[in-house]
Amino acid sequence: MANLEIDFRGIKSPNPFWLASAPPANSAYQVQKAFEQGWGGAVWKTIGAPVLNVCNRYGTIDYKGQKIIGLNNVELISDRPIDLNLKEIAEVKRNFPNHAVVVSVMVESKKETWQETIKRAEETGCDGFELNFGCPHGMSERGMGSAMGQVPEYTCMVTEWVMEAATKPVIVKLTPNITDIVQPARAAVRGGATAISLINTINSIMGVDLDTFELRPNVGGKGGHGGYAGPAVKPIALHLLSAVASDPEVQKAGLAISGMGGIETWQDAVEFMLLGSTSVQVCTAVMHWGFRIVEDMIEGMSNWMDDKGFKSCNDFIGASLPRISNFGDFDLGFQSVAKINHDKCIQCNLCFIACNDAAHQCIDLKDAKLTKEANERLWPVVREVDCVGCALCSTVCPVDDCITMVQIDTGRPHTTWNEIMKSKPEVTQDWHKMEEYRKTANIHVH
Amino acid sequence: MAEHYKPNTYKAWEMTLEERFQEVYPPLAEREAVTEANRCLYCYDAPCMVACPTHIDIPTFIRKISTGNVKGSARTILESNLMGATCSRVCPVQELCEGACVLEHDHKPIMIGRLQRYAMDYATERNIKFFEKGKSNGLKVAVIGGGPAGLSCAGELCKMGFDVTVYEKKKWANGLSTYGIVVFREPVEVALAEAKMIQEMGVQIKTNVTIGKDITLDELVEQNDAVFISVGLGNVPDMSVPGENLAGVMDGLDFIEETKVEKLDSIKFGNRICVIGAGNTAIDCATIARRLGSERVNIIYRRSEAEMPAYHFEYEFALREGVSFMFLTLPVEIVGKDKVEGLKCVRMDLGEPDASGRRSPIPIPGSEFTIPCDMVVKAIGQKKQSQMMTALAKYDVKDIKGYIAVDFATNRTVHPKIFAGGDCIRSHGEASTVMAVQDGKIAAKAIYRQFIGELEDQTEHAKTGCCKEVAGAHAH
Repeated sequence: MANLEIDFRGIKSPNPFWLASAPPANSAYQVQKAFEQGWGGAVWKTIGAPVLNVCNRYGTIDYKGQKIIGLNNVELISDRPIDLNLKEIAEVKRNFPNHAVVVSVMVESKKETWQETIKRAEETGCDGFELNFGCPHGMSERGMGSAMGQVPEYTCMVTEWVMEAATKPVIVKLTPNITDIVQPARAAVRGGATAISLINTINSIMGVDLDTFELRPNVGGKGGHGGYAGPAVKPIALHLLSAVASDPEVQKAGLAISGMGGIETWQDAVEFMLLGSTSVQVCTAVMHWGFRIVEDMIEGMSNWMDDKGFKSCNDFIGASLPRISNFGDFDLGFQSVAKINHDKCIQCNLCFIACNDAAHQCIDLKDAKLTKEANERLWPVVREVDCVGCALCSTVCPVDDCITMVQIDTGRPHTTWNEIMKSKPEVTQDWHKMEEYRKTANIHVH
Repeated sequence: MAEHYKPNTYKAWEMTLEERFQEVYPPLAEREAVTEANRCLYCYDAPCMVACPTHIDIPTFIRKISTGNVKGSARTILESNLMGATCSRVCPVQELCEGACVLEHDHKPIMIGRLQRYAMDYATERNIKFFEKGKSNGLKVAVIGGGPAGLSCAGELCKMGFDVTVYEKKKWANGLSTYGIVVFREPVEVALAEAKMIQEMGVQIKTNVTIGKDITLDELVEQNDAVFISVGLGNVPDMSVPGENLAGVMDGLDFIEETKVEKLDSIKFGNRICVIGAGNTAIDCATIARRLGSERVNIIYRRSEAEMPAYHFEYEFALREGVSFMFLTLPVEIVGKDKVEGLKCVRMDLGEPDASGRRSPIPIPGSEFTIPCDMVVKAIGQKKQSQMMTALAKYDVKDIKGYIAVDFATNRTVHPKIFAGGDCIRSHGEASTVMAVQDGKIAAKAIYRQFIGELEDQTEHAKTGCCKEVAGAHAH
């Protein structure tokens, strides 16, 4: 069995699976139960300023009969007194010395308050800190949470305050509610942070009730933006993770990254790790199914590593980072066309209607005489010369491996937009020149 | 505490008589229906729709269930099939829509029948009215026989502005849906609600009217612009064996009718019953006998398992219900003094294929034996409507083996005013409710075209899109 232990810039953990700073990591009872069931670490629910919560706190999006594809919350940081939290953190760390216990902190924007809180927290014996610069609701209106993370200068300043006081690793947690997440990431680097975690939740309103016109979640007839999480946000999280993980300044500083946002399974976790996460954090999936899901996460990742021949997590963390590129550097000569395997096709003909209504009209329905049946139905057939290789048909096909995108050689030059910008700038500015270029490059757009 | 889903188990010994005659399949709960609807791929040119004789736009009605537009779902169904509630319960879906479902290959097909029932029940429970009489065109149509074919034709004509009167021999309308479908497949209330819907659209339904006695065919032809004949078929024919008149010998359709309209605990039944024939009616008789409490029910069939006309799922249902089958067995005499005491049979062997293509049964000499029993139920088919045929002779309307001859594209007889549909025209192939409904639709459209002109709506041919190739776009 593969070794799942990680060293997160000094924070050791028996596996990369951590509870995110959220309701599942609210108390010693919960965190110890999670550790007993296999979780490698926990970022304690944020401690800090006094708060009062409201209800209802959660709203969800269900999809096609499946519950909670997305979950949003307007819950605040821990509403338990700070002394009680610190006492329990110390107790957990005593009972589980080999597990990662990270304390998430959010206090008002005063140097003394931050440094005093960090010092008090260090006395618990915790392994590190996470600075909550991401919470998008309730706290941000009080100048905390994402109000910090959205201004790189504040991010840098508070990080510096904390680094002066802390002897343990410090993780800066980033908000996705910003135009360019690389800016606060670089601010964390400048502030001297040990690591970065992302993403916090995304501003959202979950829905509107068609009978009452109330928003979801509904707080006594009113609603407002809350933090969106769960499987639906995973692609956004992967993008922001890749932007931060591939940033030269972040890479140069050697910051560790803890990734989160919609992780439910070991497969999700592996994807985050391939894009540069050393640890992964989970909340929504635990809120849905409880701590017990970690058993499959550990086993699934371990089996996958064995299959791939990876001995430790470091063998694959960041393995996909070299593939992160930009549109301008993509190969314009790469051409694929859709191939339909008619042995697998069940003739739902969704590929036909998708291509016809929403793509490039290059699939026909034909009486192809592929069977001996008298009433043979029409088959979708790709007109390959017209196929632009958009892949829509293969994405709507409900049968595994029925429509595949196959690379073909059209003799087009393997060049990029950026190269054309340099060598033939006129092509990028004049449609006539573009038409001429397409002719020479064997590119036909119908 | 919430009612939990109970698997479809049937334990007769734990159930009351009434419980045993509840619908075999419970209605789908909302979440169950939505989850199932979400499994539907929403195929383009969906084969289920082509397989449905009435071409219901199945992907559309299923999608509407998934979006919570159940009212719209019911409208989509009824637009193609006014008897959607009955069809959702009695259609042989395995042979039709569900059998054609593309998910049949490597998944489970969508439960189209039960989803349709969900949408129909929704509309019925809320008493939603979808259609009303079209602007009157001044033309009158008489419909003879108020079963599914007749009601379908009447409803479609009414929508198009015809004045329609349905003449029904029995006390209640909707034919076999009311009287002939076993109650645990379709409760009487469902059939009556369907008839009521047609009535409320503006169709006049006259019940307890016998043609030839209360009013003649000639009068109806005389007084109306068109006549649609949907008289179905008659009782079970004689077997022509000795003892057929003994007490305890019963017509299978009468037996089923009793369970539909009488109090269940007032029905007389034997403890050892022989049901003769192996079609779907025979299965119905055998299974209701078991559910009534009969100890031993034998189905007696002169051919083998392979030739039996019942749907396979009905055969399996009967086996589950504890019905025994005796194949290659021909009844030759019903024995008994005053009442049935036994059924004398002879063993059969299979010979060369006969006219139906099935191997013909040949008696084995000297193989007679008697099955002790106290009731014999005949379910060997239905008599043709010979009286109606005689009345039609005057109009040169021909018959095919006793069935009314029509042009299947219009369901018109050789007489320009006389149309027909349903079981009384089904001279070949299996008869079913859904085909009867389509017969009524075809005739209604033909009547419209004949008297008014071309229909504005798309033809079903185009709607199902099954016959012509569709090119993505012209290649440049």
